[in-house]
Amino acid sequence: MDLYQNVVFKLKNYWGERGCVIQEPYDVEVGAGTMAPETFLRVLGPQPYRVAYVQPSRRPADGRYGENPNRLYKHQQLQVILKPSPNDVIEQYLESLEAIGIDLRQHDIKFEEDNWESPTLGAWGIGWQVMLDGLEITQFTYFQQCGGIDLDLVPAELTYGLERLTAFLQAKDSVYDIEWAPGVSHAAVRFQDELQYSVYNFEMANVDALWKLFDLHESEAQRLLGLYPKAADKRRFPLLPTYDHVLKCSHLFNTLDSRGAISVTERVGVIARVRKVAVGVAQAWVDQQQGGR
Amino acid sequence: MSLPFLLEIGAEEIPDWMIPGALENLRALFTGLLDENKLARTHLRVDATPRRLVLRAEGLPPRQADAQELVTGPPKSAQPSAVEGFARKQGVAPEALSVQATAKGEYWGFVKTVPGRETRQILAEALPGLILKIYFPKTMYWTGRTGPRFIRPIRWLVALLGGQVTPFEIAGVRSGNLSSGHRRLGAGRVPVTTESYAEALRANFVILSAEERREKIRNESAALGAKPDPGLLETLVYITEYPTAIRGDFDPQFLSLPEEVLVTVMKHHQKYFSVVDPEGCLAPHFVAVMNTSADPEGLVRRGNERVLRARFNDARFFWDTDQHKKLADRVTDLAHVTFQAKLGNYLQKTERMEELVRRLGGDAHAQRAARLCKCDLTCELVKEFTELQGVVGGLYARAQDEPEEVTLAIYDHYKPAGMEDSIPRTRAGQLVSLADKLDTLTGCFAVGMMPTGSRDPFALRRSAQGAVKILVEGRLDLAVPELLGGDQSLRDFFEDRVRYYFKDIRGFKYDEINAVLACGWDNLADVESRLNALQQVRPTANFEPLAASFKRIKNILTQAQFEGGVAADPSRLEPGPESELHAASMTVKQLASGRPYREALEAIASLRPKVDLFFDKVLVNAPDPAVRQNRLALLHGILTEFSSIADFSEIVTNT
Repeated sequence: MDLYQNVVFKLKNYWGERGCVIQEPYDVEVGAGTMAPETFLRVLGPQPYRVAYVQPSRRPADGRYGENPNRLYKHQQLQVILKPSPNDVIEQYLESLEAIGIDLRQHDIKFEEDNWESPTLGAWGIGWQVMLDGLEITQFTYFQQCGGIDLDLVPAELTYGLERLTAFLQAKDSVYDIEWAPGVSHAAVRFQDELQYSVYNFEMANVDALWKLFDLHESEAQRLLGLYPKAADKRRFPLLPTYDHVLKCSHLFNTLDSRGAISVTERVGVIARVRKVAVGVAQAWVDQQQGGR
Repeated sequence: MSLPFLLEIGAEEIPDWMIPGALENLRALFTGLLDENKLARTHLRVDATPRRLVLRAEGLPPRQADAQELVTGPPKSAQPSAVEGFARKQGVAPEALSVQATAKGEYWGFVKTVPGRETRQILAEALPGLILKIYFPKTMYWTGRTGPRFIRPIRWLVALLGGQVTPFEIAGVRSGNLSSGHRRLGAGRVPVTTESYAEALRANFVILSAEERREKIRNESAALGAKPDPGLLETLVYITEYPTAIRGDFDPQFLSLPEEVLVTVMKHHQKYFSVVDPEGCLAPHFVAVMNTSADPEGLVRRGNERVLRARFNDARFFWDTDQHKKLADRVTDLAHVTFQAKLGNYLQKTERMEELVRRLGGDAHAQRAARLCKCDLTCELVKEFTELQGVVGGLYARAQDEPEEVTLAIYDHYKPAGMEDSIPRTRAGQLVSLADKLDTLTGCFAVGMMPTGSRDPFALRRSAQGAVKILVEGRLDLAVPELLGGDQSLRDFFEDRVRYYFKDIRGFKYDEINAVLACGWDNLADVESRLNALQQVRPTANFEPLAASFKRIKNILTQAQFEGGVAADPSRLEPGPESELHAASMTVKQLASGRPYREALEAIASLRPKVDLFFDKVLVNAPDPAVRQNRLALLHGILTEFSSIADFSEIVTNT
């Protein structure tokens, strides 16, 4: 039986040996590993890149006060980007499962159609959810578009759900029972987060304050994007900090949504606002990588 | 001599539901290729697994037949030097030329034999384009923005004509004789020949034939007690290369959750068959289909059991959470759920539906159901299993001690889900469902959101179709114009759906539908009765000839620009056929009045001999205007009197 942290070590090691830069989690709240700049910005443009990192992913609406054995406000993804995707990408992926101790001849693996789309990022891809004995363990996506831009090279994105995968390996019914480190359960490490963030998101978050923050981050991103075309030296223009404000908007949107503060009608409009700044950063980034025009 | 041909397109896992269509498309494209190149058609067989699309041709000719082609040069009258020059240019001796008569005149020329091309060469050139032309609903690129598009990346290609590779390349993949086995149980590189192909795959744990996989799943799952499910079976056939069924168990305490919820989780979320006991009750087992050969240690079974347990736990968690607030206490929460931006929220829709159900004559139960039916949209279980909306509301209503009439009406109010589905079981359910659909239809049309072409984002066609089905099959005595309001475009749209229903779903002939609808379609249950009667009477001897005569009457009246308004004066009628027709029409009028439609139509059809005789012997266009007007009035009276069930002139006859 493998500890949670060993699964992480082995996967990082496996992908490190296959040419991936092993990155650390991005330090701004994100809803998925895809949103970290290591994916969102790096998949743009013609430069090959390989990277792997664990990304804590926050989904306010999925919080359950630590009471539901399978749903988490914050779960950990191992995000792998292979740009361009190698021809044997699926074989490499399956080998990574062997590397964490899954004997695939003893198990049932299926690739079931599941195309991924993120309207807030103007991104979508084609792919599958990978099912291991009926459990979805990975989202596998060939990126087609990001920030509204058709991609030059097609990256493969592998997103492992680390808690699920470890629960599978440890045959645990609840993610809270997973052994994280020797003698330390997942609950001991993460239960407080789940409880307190659920209370905040569902009960105590101040809607007006969150809207103000949303507006502030949005206007800062817009202000910077407005300055970019006129910047004298585009190479030093702070697009990465601009993108941080986009991520803040996205997370605030998710929090407001879980608070029930966004009606279905408003939703479309707010998504469009986040998308606009996200697409703006993506376009400026492509331009900046080409040395500015 | 002919050569067997094998084409295998090896791809990453193709979505199951697209495969059958892609195979038929591949077959059609290949047939087209043979025809275009004048290669004899032969028996084609197409097969697929998730990772391969396969076409096999029994016997292709090794080359095209030689063709004879007439090559013409200068006209017959040309100088000999010009003729010699032509021969030299074509590389033939001048003696080989002769004068050829063509449509444009006489020219010097010769018949050239064009050797047929090798089939292998033709295929090598055409196959890359053909493969990339296979239609899929959604495609991707994988080698980069300028690369080819296909459903998923192509990873290998087998193309063999007889013993030889047909050489070509797509996206850097060269065709060859190497296939690939099952991802885990087979070899990565499997050399094949046209003869050994299927067996080589089988040895590598790939069952090529979908029919064989289907049989294997069907037999194994039946032996494990699975309840048959043809739709799920098809999915499983095309997500496996080597299917094997296993049975797992779940804790019987989950059986306290409603069967609908358990089955939805098993079928839609986990692709499991459910298992029923001999009495037909859900048993605490499931049948999963693996894409592998065996599960000797029970690892796969236990894994699936754990997943299902988690899913059922989720469902129970949602169920319990939802019980904290009754449906009746959720009505005001609907104000926060948007129905459609321009049409307001679900609370407003609910209030409109309550009013509508009242107008439609719904009793207290129907009105209560209308008030509660959308409340499950605020429940966790429906957010998780959206396909169970309505059903969950019904189940909650029952758990919260609402009357059974209310419960069933809520449960059924999205029915019919399609034309195959039944309408709600109770009158209250029918009225609530009807009110829901009519509210959506009138609302969307009022704000200009009508369907255009294939775009129908609010599924208004389905709503209208459902309303038609409920009105007819529920035999609801409701007037369509009052239901739809004054919007002519909605009325036209609805009429289209009425026609579609009676023609495509019920199988009535289009002219019968035209005839019946021409006499009004305010009451759709009545339309159905008239159609049935017409269909029954139509094959009788007198009917079609009479219909032809009615058409004639209509034409005569139109030509004479007869306005009607006056009845025929019996005293002016000539004795003989004219008076007899009048008398007969009076008798039939009495016979038909108040009778069921079928008897009335039979009575009307009995007029035929008198009508025939009239047209045979009497000149309508009599020289005396008074006589003429009276005859026209007689015909007009007959036409109007006997056209209340169906307008017979719409019936297409052979006479």
